[in-house]
Amino acid sequence: MSEPTRYSKDYLGHSLLATDKGTSLWTDGWGRLKNNTLAIVSLGVLCCFCFVALFTPIIAPYGYEEQNLLLGAVPPSLDHWLGTDIFGRDMLTRIMYGSRISLAVGFLASAVAVFIGVLWGSIAGYFGGRTDIFMMRLVDILYALPFMIFIVLLMVVFGRSMLLLFLAIGAVEWLTMARIVRGQVLALKQQEFIEAAISLGLSHWVVIYRHLIPNILTPVIVYTTLTIPSVMLLEAFLSFLGLGIQPPESSWGLLISYGVETMEEYPWLIFFPGLFLSITLFALNFLGDGLRDALDPRASKD
Amino acid sequence: MFRFISSRFFQSIPVLLIVITATFFLVRAAPGGPFSAEKSVPPEVVKALEAQYRLDQSIWQQYISYLVDLSRGELGPSFRYPGRTVNELIAAGLPVTAELAFYALLVAIFFGVSAGVYAGLKPNTIHDYLPMSVAMIGICMPSFLIGPLLVLLFGIELEWLPVSGWGSTPGDKILPTLTLGLGYAAFIARLSRGGIIEVMTQDYIRTAKAKGLPSRVIVLKHALRGGLIPVVAFLGPAFAGLLSGSFVVETIFQIPGLGRFYVQAAFNRDYTMILGTTVFFAALIVLFNLLSDIIAVWLNPKLRQQYRSNK
Repeated sequence: MSEPTRYSKDYLGHSLLATDKGTSLWTDGWGRLKNNTLAIVSLGVLCCFCFVALFTPIIAPYGYEEQNLLLGAVPPSLDHWLGTDIFGRDMLTRIMYGSRISLAVGFLASAVAVFIGVLWGSIAGYFGGRTDIFMMRLVDILYALPFMIFIVLLMVVFGRSMLLLFLAIGAVEWLTMARIVRGQVLALKQQEFIEAAISLGLSHWVVIYRHLIPNILTPVIVYTTLTIPSVMLLEAFLSFLGLGIQPPESSWGLLISYGVETMEEYPWLIFFPGLFLSITLFALNFLGDGLRDALDPRASKD
Repeated sequence: MFRFISSRFFQSIPVLLIVITATFFLVRAAPGGPFSAEKSVPPEVVKALEAQYRLDQSIWQQYISYLVDLSRGELGPSFRYPGRTVNELIAAGLPVTAELAFYALLVAIFFGVSAGVYAGLKPNTIHDYLPMSVAMIGICMPSFLIGPLLVLLFGIELEWLPVSGWGSTPGDKILPTLTLGLGYAAFIARLSRGGIIEVMTQDYIRTAKAKGLPSRVIVLKHALRGGLIPVVAFLGPAFAGLLSGSFVVETIFQIPGLGRFYVQAAFNRDYTMILGTTVFFAALIVLFNLLSDIIAVWLNPKLRQQYRSNK
């Protein structure tokens, strides 16, 4: 981060005199984020990918199951920008359809994780005392569990459905979120406006979701951005092992695992899905780091 | 210190018990018995089989007898490999996986710490950015991508190294070790960079500099000890990651280790094997978390003092 330079400017060089109006946290944050080229590029890339994923059925150059057995596997060409697989299926199309699942799992499973984590953490922090000790002790215990192994177990026992995949991954990734939220709520609880809300006779639930949660949105958003890549990695990991997404559906992880089988002859079949997965993970990590620097400058030290 | 160790030890017992109980009932809740697929088997045989695997008892009896067996270290017979016990399968796979994980950990610590310290000593210069960008690549590239790419480059294109196996041809341990270790090297590099940057601003480092100690001594003797505390704290969780990473690496390189057994057991629905390995993994992970906590306390004088004064 840049150091404080001149007294008339804040530490990022925005003139302090120029702003007569007060700025909200979000405008401030956006101003700081805009200066972070990597984060903005990442945001752009992610928006592109999401757009493509949303409109895949319209813009995909070929059909999802469209085979061309006579053609077979060909390297990237003008007709097939990213080549074709052994059935002559267009890789670009397959990667586009795969991105729908990969991104959907990333976002939805993260949503599950965020929901549980925020609820758990804010309840523990708000009520404190024995509730807090009990709830956070449980989080500590869960932290010590071999989770990857547990997800594999869940997928085996309950069959490999997509819904279960969302739930299983979400159920694993909420722990850190719960800890972060609890810490924030503990600090906020001491402040007067919460005291005022309670003394006005608002119910616990209203205090939590009207007054506490809106005030901890920043760390929640930042940490959510960092949860998505780890969720996507988990999904790809499971799909790679054959325990995640099942054909005919496909995700980047599954495409990579197909690619591995034939990479000796057709290296592009592993290269391109891998490239897109890596780019997405890169972008999410950079965006998360950037958002943390922009929205929560104090936390970015560690 | 003794008190700290014993209290942490007793805290980990309920964790293990929860894992055992949850796994046991999850596996029993799985739809379809283990023998329901084999329709041609006569009912008497099924009965005999069920008796052998104690499936004819009530679930609580099964649970209690499983716990009793477990306390004697018995994990029971395998469903899929008749005549072999889960203990034997684990005993066959464990040395391979342990060796793989050990080498990978060495690689991760060696590359991670040297890159992190190198970067952390000159923060925000090219000496920092370059290794840290490489580390970022290591974090964003999952092992199931690094592995095949390494195979493609060193095994198939350059033909320097064998592409599969473990201990059968010279050099075949290199690629699996790198595949498993490099991701963790990247994490450790980030952690040790942060630790070193933090430590180098401390007063005791300034004192050491003022004493005129050579920078080599300052870094190796004074900064490393404090700067590596986050790394040590990471090693416990990293070990769990190494175990699940071994699932992928052993599948890619066709290594007959515990991770591959686990994945195969998952596919074959070898319930006793899944149950046994999960319990075994859990025990290992709890043990390593415990060890890394103890080392972290031992390394950090402040924490050590705190536990001493608590007596």
